[in-house]
Amino acid sequence: MKCPMTTTRIVDEYFIENRHRLLDIAAFLDRLERSADSQDAEADFRIQAFRGALQTLVDGRGERVRRVHMVFSDPTAEPRAALDRKAAYGAYNPGKAAL
Amino acid sequence: MRYIEPHAHMVSRTTDDYRQMALSGCVAISEPAFWAGWDRSTADGFEDYFRQLTEFEPRRAAIYGIKHYAWLCLNPKEGENRKLAREVIERIPKFLDRPNVLGIGEIGLNRNTLNELETFRDHVRLALDHHQLILIHTPHLEDKYKGTRLIIGALLDFPEMDPSRVMIDHAEEHTAEMILSNGFRTGLTLYPETKVSLARAVDIVETHGFKRIYVNSACDWGHSNPAAVPQFMMEMRRRGHSEEAIRRVVFENPIAFLSQSPHFAVPAGAEESVAAAAV
Repeated sequence: MKCPMTTTRIVDEYFIENRHRLLDIAAFLDRLERSADSQDAEADFRIQAFRGALQTLVDGRGERVRRVHMVFSDPTAEPRAALDRKAAYGAYNPGKAAL
Repeated sequence: MRYIEPHAHMVSRTTDDYRQMALSGCVAISEPAFWAGWDRSTADGFEDYFRQLTEFEPRRAAIYGIKHYAWLCLNPKEGENRKLAREVIERIPKFLDRPNVLGIGEIGLNRNTLNELETFRDHVRLALDHHQLILIHTPHLEDKYKGTRLIIGALLDFPEMDPSRVMIDHAEEHTAEMILSNGFRTGLTLYPETKVSLARAVDIVETHGFKRIYVNSACDWGHSNPAAVPQFMMEMRRRGHSEEAIRRVVFENPIAFLSQSPHFAVPAGAEESVAAAAV
């Protein structure tokens, strides 16, 4: 079903909180450039996925949230042979495929 | 408006949370067995936990007029330990007749390992052998899509499986469709960071409709919010949804699933609307 709100109403209701989220993302990326060790964040698989997700937001192809999920998701089908750690990372690491 | 909290780990919450939930309209809570934040070392430790879920916690909830229900299992976070899993599963049947036990859960996968999958299958077998409802945890973050696929595949390997008796929880935008299209019920978990926000949960309900879907807080010892379901109700109102639609998601749909257990008492006055939600 459609969202019951009109376009203008959706903007009225949700613009400010999403503007806030965008600024938080911008600040996060700036913070990485100000890191104490000046290490290149782009080498981190999570930041690489993050960049991919940002591109998904602006490619104009729709279904953004599902496709952003898939940017972060493990695309493989086979179970891991053994437990590597308890907690997920937040993004799939293609350089460290299932053990 | 009355609501059901279908997934909350109240052993980790304070009495003040019970009070606030009752004041917000909560009339029943179902509490799946969970990971303690550290691995239990013995099956005896699980027995003590199951006694807490079936003896102490219902009394604590009743003080605030809330019915408390429980689900039993060894949680997916501990599913890698096959020896312990077998020992715990052997001890579960003697608790299944306790009056607040609804079924087996929350079982599922954590990091999608072979051992976790075997432990999951053992729990499903246990549930089917004892005609129990099943409540399933899907993995976190990057593991959710793959884990949900593995879980659905494993469930479909049981020909006697009735998907309407299975809740596959913690769905998000990339997993809801595969769960619902296979006939299962699904839950949306309202978390501050790692699952769905209030606005996204309403989006998912708008996208997939009001059938076989409910919301929960999954509040536990971590970053979570026991008032999430009433906040979801506010978000539905903000969008302009009717009170009937809200009631369907937060009250009738949970009851339609949970009342398949003979241990679940349908709240007074909800019988007819719940029957409508069941189809």
